[in-house]
Amino acid sequence: MPKGTHSILVMTLQEFVQNIAEQFDDTDSSLFTPETDFQQFEEWGSLTALSIIAFVKMNYGKKITALDIRSCNSIQELYEFVENL
Amino acid sequence: MSPFTVQSALKGDIHLPTILFAKMDAYIKYLEYYLPQKTVSNNDLQQVFPEWDATKVAKKTGIEFRHQSAENETACDMAVSVCEKLFAKHPEVKATIDFILLCTQSPDFKLPTSACLIQDRLGLPNSVGALDFNLGCSGWVYGLSLAKGLLCTHIASNVLLITSETYTKYFHPKDKGNISLFGDGAAATVVSNAGFAAIGEFALGTDGSGENNLKVKTGGARFQKPLNEVTVDDNGYILASDYLYMNGPAIFNFTLETVPSLLEQCLAKNGLHDMADFYILHQANKFMLDTLRKICGIPKDRFYVDMQNTANTVSSTIPIALKDALDKNLVHKGDRVCTAGFGVGYSYGACVLDF
Repeated sequence: MPKGTHSILVMTLQEFVQNIAEQFDDTDSSLFTPETDFQQFEEWGSLTALSIIAFVKMNYGKKITALDIRSCNSIQELYEFVENL
Repeated sequence: MSPFTVQSALKGDIHLPTILFAKMDAYIKYLEYYLPQKTVSNNDLQQVFPEWDATKVAKKTGIEFRHQSAENETACDMAVSVCEKLFAKHPEVKATIDFILLCTQSPDFKLPTSACLIQDRLGLPNSVGALDFNLGCSGWVYGLSLAKGLLCTHIASNVLLITSETYTKYFHPKDKGNISLFGDGAAATVVSNAGFAAIGEFALGTDGSGENNLKVKTGGARFQKPLNEVTVDDNGYILASDYLYMNGPAIFNFTLETVPSLLEQCLAKNGLHDMADFYILHQANKFMLDTLRKICGIPKDRFYVDMQNTANTVSSTIPIALKDALDKNLVHKGDRVCTAGFGVGYSYGACVLDF
C-alpha cells in the first residue's frame, strides 16, 4: 500500500492556526489567532473535535484524544502539544 | 487416488488434511439484504431535535435516511425476511442450505439461540447446523471466516450467513448522535463451493480494552437489571447505563489507529503488494471513511462510500454496500476487492474477495 498523506510535516504556528480555522465551517476564519480558545465558539462540538483529530493524524501521523484537545485553552497550546507528542 | 491411498503413501496422517483441504475454495454464491419499512429522514430528526443542524450533519456523515424496525419487529424477524427474499429470488438454494450462522447483538431471547428459531421459521430441515455469534461491525467478515472454515473442513457445503441488527431499539430517546448515525437492516450471504467471488485470506484482530467505548451496560449477566444511570460524557454524548453508549472520538481514534495496518496485513496475506482493485469497508459514516481513505492513500475511485439511504447498519453495511456496488457495476470480474469491518469489542477483520 502506498504511503498516505500522513507523512510528518513541518508546520508553522500560523499555518496550524489556519488549518484549525478550516475545521470550522461557519466561524469566520479572521477570528482565529494563536491565542484563540477555539472551544468557546458556538460551532464547537463533537464533530469539530473529530475533524481536529483527523487533521492531526493526517498531517502529523500522531494520535490525539478528545481529552487532549479539551486540555488546551488556545490554538497555540494545541500546536505545542501536538509538536511535542 | 483415494484418501486412504494418500494416507498410506505418506505413511502418516499429518499431511492428509492439508492435501484434502487445499483444493477446497469458498465462494459467495448469493447476496441479499432487507431494510425495515419505516424510514427517518434528517428533516424528521430536525423536528425532534430543533437544535440539530440537519444539513451540516448530513454533509459530514453522508447520511440522509435511516431505516428503523417496527416496535414488534426484531432482528430475528428481519433475518427471516431477508432469507425469504433471497429464497424467492433463488428458489433452488433453499434445499441446499445445511448451516445457519446468525450474527446479531439483538437476539430475541437470552436463550434459545435465535439461529434455531430461524431454522424452524424458514422451514429448513433438522439436519441443518445453526448458531448465533455476537459481533457488531466486524461481524460479516468474521462470518465469512467461519463459513469458509465450515466449508473447507467439509462440515457444511452451503452456509447461510445472516447479519441482522436493531441497534435503534437500544437508543436513549434523546441520543441524537446515535439516532442519526445508525439504522436497522439485515443481510443474507450464501457461502458455497462455487459462486461469484472467492473468499481469500483473512486478517483478524481484537482489542477488548475498548469495551467501555461502545456498550450496552445492562441486561446481560453482569448487570441484569436496569441501573437507571443517565449522564452526559465529557464530549457531550448521552451516557446511559441502560441504553447504547458510544464514545465517538475514542471509536474514531481506534479506527484510525487500527484499520490502516489491518488492511496492509490483509493485502500481504493475499499476495497484494500495492493495493486492491476496490475497497468496501464498513460503512460507518462518510467522514470516517474519507479520513481512512486519505490516511491509507487509496484513490477515491477505488473506495466505496455510500450509506446515504441506510445509515450504519452495523454488521450488514458491507454486504449491503457490496450488493449495491455490484448492481452499480463498480466491481468487475477479475477484481480483487478488500473488505474490512471494525467496531464494537473492539473487534476487527479484513478479507480479500476475488471476483
